[in-house]
Amino acid sequence: MARTLINVPKTAKKGEIIAIKTLISHEMETGYRHDNLGKAIPRDIISLFVCTYNGQEIFRAELHPAIAANPFIAFNTVATASGTLEFKWTGDNGFSATEQATITVE
Amino acid sequence: MTTRRDVLIGAASLAAGAGLVSVLPVTAAHATPASMDAAIKKVVGSAPLRKGKVTLSLPPLVENGNTVSLEVSVESPMTPDNHVKAIHVFNEKNPLPNVISARLGPRAGLGKLSTRMRLADSQRVMAVAELSDGSFWSDEVDVIVTIAACLEDPG
Amino acid sequence: MIKARALPPVTASEVDASLAASHLAPLAGRGRRRRRRVRGILSELSFWMVPLTRSLRSRPLPPCGERLGPRHAPSIAALTTFAAILLTTYLSSPALGAEIPPDERKSGYEFMGRDTRAMQDDDTANPGMLSVLDGETLWNRKAGSASKSCADCHGDASERMKGVAARYPGFDAARGRPVSLEQRINICRAEQQQAPAFAPESKELLALSAYVGRQSRGMPIAVTIDARTRPFLEAGRATFFRRQGQLNFACAQCHDDNWKEKLAGSPITQAHPTGYPIYRLEWQSMGSLQRRLRNCIVGMRVENYPFGAPELVDLELYLMWRARGMPLETPAVRP
Repeated sequence: MARTLINVPKTAKKGEIIAIKTLISHEMETGYRHDNLGKAIPRDIISLFVCTYNGQEIFRAELHPAIAANPFIAFNTVATASGTLEFKWTGDNGFSATEQATITVE
Repeated sequence: MTTRRDVLIGAASLAAGAGLVSVLPVTAAHATPASMDAAIKKVVGSAPLRKGKVTLSLPPLVENGNTVSLEVSVESPMTPDNHVKAIHVFNEKNPLPNVISARLGPRAGLGKLSTRMRLADSQRVMAVAELSDGSFWSDEVDVIVTIAACLEDPG
Repeated sequence: MIKARALPPVTASEVDASLAASHLAPLAGRGRRRRRRVRGILSELSFWMVPLTRSLRSRPLPPCGERLGPRHAPSIAALTTFAAILLTTYLSSPALGAEIPPDERKSGYEFMGRDTRAMQDDDTANPGMLSVLDGETLWNRKAGSASKSCADCHGDASERMKGVAARYPGFDAARGRPVSLEQRINICRAEQQQAPAFAPESKELLALSAYVGRQSRGMPIAVTIDARTRPFLEAGRATFFRRQGQLNFACAQCHDDNWKEKLAGSPITQAHPTGYPIYRLEWQSMGSLQRRLRNCIVGMRVENYPFGAPELVDLELYLMWRARGMPLETPAVRP
């Protein structure tokens, strides 16, 4: 699976707005480049990123080739309850990656 | 002299409604302001696009078009009655006009999104926020790019 | 078929004239791209060219036989000053300029914009950290017919690898010459793990190099220069100062003499390898110092060296010595 780097605070107060940062290793090949023989390199990108919090979707993003390689997406959410945040990336050529982080909410 | 670019802009305007612009072959010119407008129209529809509430942060002079940090911030209480439903980012000169479309909601806490994008040329980048009341707000930034992305082949 | 004919012998003065002409060639307007690229470096020359041509154009040529008198003074002054600058600054060798004084040295970090610096500073957002994490996995993975991991011999990298990357290139007694960190990793792979060496610039090699480098982050660069390594340091220094290639350029001309200027819109840095392997935005991936050197060498229109070439390792050693005392930033982000 592709390497990911997630940053979610380990603990938070109930109702606190927390920042989530995600980074995943992926070339995000645009489909507009050519190799040194002049052949077009086919597009190969992550096209969807979804984050769920205890099973409920809290964030979703559709990515296009204009997103830089090794996509970095940062967003926020309200810390409602302790549990698991799940991050899922899907893309071209059947690409799929999942990562989880736990949070304790007081 | 009618250049190929002029012909393509004409064709793009004609094809705008049908969304055909994005299937033009690679050897065609880049996306144009017209195709960016078409992509925005697909999202906004007939609603007015107002300036305000949205702040798009991009460095004015970009060191390398391959990776440009951007942040979109929307003023909103993010309550169930009044929140940001979606943030869309568009550009006018990359091969495609869309950059990212994010769905938020009251659980987001803040109407904020950060990511990194590619810029193929000096151009306008626009962020559009869709609020829960159906209104659309935008902000745009003019960016200068000396080293381009997308169209430079790997060395 | 063209018949070869004997050319008349070339005199010494003609050689000097043609040398001078070659340095001026980029200014002659041969193509906008070339002029723009070298503008920063040769702006000093063009500054002196203007009064010279102006004084020659605005004054009529003296009739034949007229002695040189006071009215010729400005032309002569301009010519002599120009020649003096040309001779002392650009034609003398080997030193083309002074090395940067130690307290004026700046890392490439200081030439970057705010957003790129922020990308490097945040471990949770630095794309180089993805490579460091891969390196950590590889460090602990058993490999080769010896079925050993790096950890089996070296233990916990955060303790045992502290300061290591800051000392590379380091002398290898068996080979009788310095080796780079990537070469050392491959030597260990082959000799200790009995596994095939990683290809140059492979994801795995860069990941291990980034992981080891990360353990020295913040520590001062400190390559060992002693009787054994000194000749290689001198060889690297000679390469740095040597004019090479189609543009007759030396590394020092940009990186010692013109680091305050820009080249094609980008700042010319002082070329201190303070964060290798780096995540370079231009590459959209990690890369080693040798990759960066090879890029520069292509830009200078010099015949390139293969990865692992002794010339490149000697140059690495010189550059690390030149950056001695500066803190290591691995994994750095560079534009």
